[in-house]
Amino acid sequence: MTAERWLNALVLPALGLVALAAHLGDAPFTVTLATRAAIFALAAVGLNVALGMGGLVSLGHAAFFGLGGYAMGILAWHAQTYQPLQIGPLAIAGTTSMPVVWLVAIAASALAAVPIGLLALRTAGVYFIMITLAFGQMFYFFAISWPAYGGEDGLSIYVRNGFPGLNTLVPIQFFGLVFGLLCGACALAAFLRRSPFGLALNAARQSPERVRAAGIEPDRLRLAAFVVSAAITGLAGALFADLNRFVSPAMFSWQLSGEIMVFVILGGVGRLMGPVLGAALFVAMEHVLGGISPYWHVFLGLVLLAVVLFARGGIAALLTGRAHG
Amino acid sequence: MSAALIAEQILNGLQSGMMLFLMAAGLTLVFGVMGLINLAHGSLYMVGAFLAASAAAATGSFLVALAAAMAGAALAGAVVERVVIRRLYDRDHLDQVLATFALILIFSEGTRWVFGSFPLYLDVPDWLSGPVELPGGILYPRYRLALIGAGLAAAAGLGLLVTRTRLGMRIRAGKDDREMIAALGVDIGRLYTLVFALGAGLAGLAGALVGTIRSVQVGMGEPVLILAFVTIVIGGIGSIRGALVGALLVGLTDTLGGILLPRALALVTDPATARTTGAALASMAIYALMAGILVWRPTGLYGARPA
Repeated sequence: MTAERWLNALVLPALGLVALAAHLGDAPFTVTLATRAAIFALAAVGLNVALGMGGLVSLGHAAFFGLGGYAMGILAWHAQTYQPLQIGPLAIAGTTSMPVVWLVAIAASALAAVPIGLLALRTAGVYFIMITLAFGQMFYFFAISWPAYGGEDGLSIYVRNGFPGLNTLVPIQFFGLVFGLLCGACALAAFLRRSPFGLALNAARQSPERVRAAGIEPDRLRLAAFVVSAAITGLAGALFADLNRFVSPAMFSWQLSGEIMVFVILGGVGRLMGPVLGAALFVAMEHVLGGISPYWHVFLGLVLLAVVLFARGGIAALLTGRAHG
Repeated sequence: MSAALIAEQILNGLQSGMMLFLMAAGLTLVFGVMGLINLAHGSLYMVGAFLAASAAAATGSFLVALAAAMAGAALAGAVVERVVIRRLYDRDHLDQVLATFALILIFSEGTRWVFGSFPLYLDVPDWLSGPVELPGGILYPRYRLALIGAGLAAAAGLGLLVTRTRLGMRIRAGKDDREMIAALGVDIGRLYTLVFALGAGLAGLAGALVGTIRSVQVGMGEPVLILAFVTIVIGGIGSIRGALVGALLVGLTDTLGGILLPRALALVTDPATARTTGAALASMAIYALMAGILVWRPTGLYGARPA
């Protein structure tokens, strides 16, 4: 096996083992940290489909993360207050069931990604970065100024949503759910990379003219990648809201878009396990450096700068000794 | 709704547009000449505001504070360009976004480390405080009027610099063909440092001027940075004229949308819904404007058309 394959085979089990060891060692906080890392990893796996495979530098993925979060927040809020959600003549009861919330989060993010993708893909390069940023900001400001669901203060959900047969309030059980979804998303990403769709997308990133000459419209591939990417990130948003039992406009903030991008680049763009490595490292640094100094963002910034300037290809490249995946 | 209120809002829009132009000019120059996306431009704005507040506290002079803001931010810009930014010119946009995002973290937390989390305040000097009566009997704050004047002066000065001086000639040449002007013996490294420092100085000036009407605090740079990006994207990245037009469009849309949209909606729905929906829509208006313009012209109003 090559170093890359070892890496792909080992990263996820390592994350699972950390959580399991922490659980057995009676350290529930570490289990929660691992859950946080797994959720960020899921969001980053989503972004990596657009960024790594499609070459689409989206600085607006917080829009989908936040949509997933609000899908969870709004459904749970209606369930907890026993007020049905009125959409025109339709009255929908809220829900506290995770599978339903997940489906709604995925559907909402994917649906939002279609018009955003259609409009944003008319541009390219730096304009694409900026138009996705603008869409993210639209959601952010809308969430702040729309008073129905807490506005600027956000929404607190008092009890974590349930999953049939599990007690989601036990950290390791909730981790298990998140971890399962993360593994599923990684498997999907691995499948997409080898599928005809993934190969064509990769080709469209490297040489759109040739792909067009072969009779495939690059923008349709890119749109599909953007939608899949948004759906995965939206699912991560719903889980993140459930982890914190809280949603707020901060989930739509552009800093969050930046951080999701940081996970991907820190780990290694376009690598299968890059996003997982990056997110895990980020959460570990957040915890360790945050314990040393309240101004830990300075050190995080320095580390990031060092990675960009001197370790091209991120951690995955350092570990496997190859500069591109 | 009176004509005076509208006139006042238009002036407010012009004022915020002119300040936005000071930010956007540097950003668009740096992108146009060096091809660099600089997310840390907002940090230089913040540095300018903090330096101005410190200088004003130490000397009591507003003009010294402005000079300190410009010079300090320009110096900070030059140092950052020499140490970090110049390694990014031949990288792709992704690396530039990440590295300058890292710079934001360093600048913001570093400033919090030095100055603490409490906002500082900059006072409007006596000779600029109080209202002015404009034709038509409108009372408008003298300081805000001065901001419009300062913005116009900066725009004119920048226009002259770029079109009439040797440095400006080199800047324009650098935008069009950087290999060629390097081959003609222009020290391209020094030119880049100068352009970056110029943009940083303008951002610092904007920070000091706006810090006087708002508070000076960590994180003040990011909202302005995003608006400045919206501005240059609307105007077309690299174009100074585009930055001016974009800044005025964004400033006017932002201020007028906030008062006109709720009132327009009040014509079709009940007042409470109109107020909340109007406020929500107004906060999104500039982003909708930008998305609309990009869909219509994918490289902005004055941007270079792809071949």
